[in-house]
Amino acid sequence: MQPVGAVVPLRVDIAEKTFRSAQGVSITALQDLSFEVRQGEFACLLGPSGCGKTTTLRILLGLDKDFSGSFQLPEGGSDRIAAVFQEPVLLPWRTVEQNVRLALPKNLRTKNLDGLFDTLGLAGMRALYPAELSLGLARRAALARAFATEPAVLFLDEPFASLDERTAERLRHLLLTVWSARPTTALMVTHNLREALMLSDRIIVLAQRPAHVLGMFDVRLPRHYRNPQVMSDLLRSFQQKFPGVA
Amino acid sequence: MSAPDTGDRPPGAAADTSSQSGLAAALTPVLTVAASLLGLCLLWGLAAHAWPSRAFPGPAQVWQVLLAEAANGDLFYHLGATLGRVAAAYVVAMVVGSVIGVLLGSHRSADRFFAPWVVLFLNIPALVVIVLAYIWFGLNEAAAIGAVAVNKIPNVVVTMREGARALDPSYAEMAAVYRFGLLDRIRHVLLPQLQPYLAAASRSGIALIWKIVLVVELLGRSNGVGFQIYLYFQLFDVTAILAYTLAFVAVMLVIELFLVQPVERYATRWRRRPA
Ligand SMILES: Nc1ncnc2c1ncn2[C@@H]1O[C@H](COP(=O)(O)OP(=O)(O)OP(=O)(O)O)[C@@H](O)[C@H]1O
Ligand SMILES: [Mg+2]
Repeated sequence: MQPVGAVVPLRVDIAEKTFRSAQGVSITALQDLSFEVRQGEFACLLGPSGCGKTTTLRILLGLDKDFSGSFQLPEGGSDRIAAVFQEPVLLPWRTVEQNVRLALPKNLRTKNLDGLFDTLGLAGMRALYPAELSLGLARRAALARAFATEPAVLFLDEPFASLDERTAERLRHLLLTVWSARPTTALMVTHNLREALMLSDRIIVLAQRPAHVLGMFDVRLPRHYRNPQVMSDLLRSFQQKFPGVA
Repeated sequence: MSAPDTGDRPPGAAADTSSQSGLAAALTPVLTVAASLLGLCLLWGLAAHAWPSRAFPGPAQVWQVLLAEAANGDLFYHLGATLGRVAAAYVVAMVVGSVIGVLLGSHRSADRFFAPWVVLFLNIPALVVIVLAYIWFGLNEAAAIGAVAVNKIPNVVVTMREGARALDPSYAEMAAVYRFGLLDRIRHVLLPQLQPYLAAASRSGIALIWKIVLVVELLGRSNGVGFQIYLYFQLFDVTAILAYTLAFVAVMLVIELFLVQPVERYATRWRRRPA
């Protein structure tokens, strides 16, 4: 399919992933799911709730090895991966800063994080424990942890879920700011179409369970041109291409 | 914006101790304890006065003997010997019991296989273990400490197995994604989650261990509080028996107040939230 020699940083080719529940019922979550994300591209996985997006990310993160098929993670530079989970998953017994530093490789443990904390508006929160943060701040800390590791690829699983719209919008802008400073190959799961149109270079549209790719939607426009007017145009052309989705 | 909940508190988790406003408020519990103990002493004194007997001395007589034993150094020598055994048995039991407990709690099939062993060992009387240890390994320090530890290990296993079952897999997954090293995983992911269970096992552990240590000393050692109590039992000297008992209970109380509780407060500092 791919021309020989082309750089394909993230290639996913999952033939099937089936869960067996405790009652013996088997649920096929993924079937013939294959897509690619190019080097330095920000891609969104868009699909209805329960279609298998988290399952896909867990496989790519190496947390679930019980599937058939294969995938290939980006190579070169740092070989590390980073993830922002559906919940912030900060260690409650470590401060914000300790949480970030613990995720760093040994040789980077003492690196200067002032810039990152400043950008994310966490400068005054470094010594707080996660229980002392609001959900929005905890999600920023999770973003800080992911970006601090300077990963080769970044996975995000609905990082702005269950936030009020204003907070979510601010966090999306913050995410874009830190991401633009060092464009990393990124794959973000969402079921929010507007969010996907605002953030991504390309949207991978998934079907209902078992998840497979319905099609791709490329957003070639640079992000700073995506004003409300342009966004509603994008929205319209998306809905023309994928009627019935979102 | 509201702060997220810290989640359920497992059994044994220390309560928040954030309100320490004013000296009076801080002193009240101390004074209450003092008054309560004083009341007990008074009651004891009255009872001893009402039924005077060599087998039931009053607090003043016990205090006299305590001072005498302290003055000639015997008290501290035997207290030290017993404390050393308690500490050694405690460390052995906690380390071995925790490792086994966590392994069983995180491997379902191993747990199913070994669960009957745990029940079996839980129900072997302490005395049997002690006697067998002395017969098989001789009347030595290692046998004594080992016997005490073996008595305590099944309890620790059960508590820590519970703790391991309650581990939140999302932390382990986060640690796997960010490639935490083994030591970091133990120190920053595993132990903090197990802390309430470690505290619970420690608490019940120290209480059980020091009682068994006295029996071990009585049966096969030539020093320690247990040995002294046996000695004074043969001499029918109840005053000295009570003096040694009180001294040891006092030491354990001090350890609880000035070692166990501060360590626990430190370990749970992250639970405290500004009002
Ligand atoms: N451990 C599991 N055991 C059994 N079934 C599971 C398990 N995990 C997920 N599933 C099933 O797989 C399907 C996909 O789940 P997944 O969590 O990947 O959905 P999702 O797309 O992330 O949904 P959401 O947007 O709500 O987070 C669901 O139908 C779910 O019931
Ligand atoms: Mg999900």
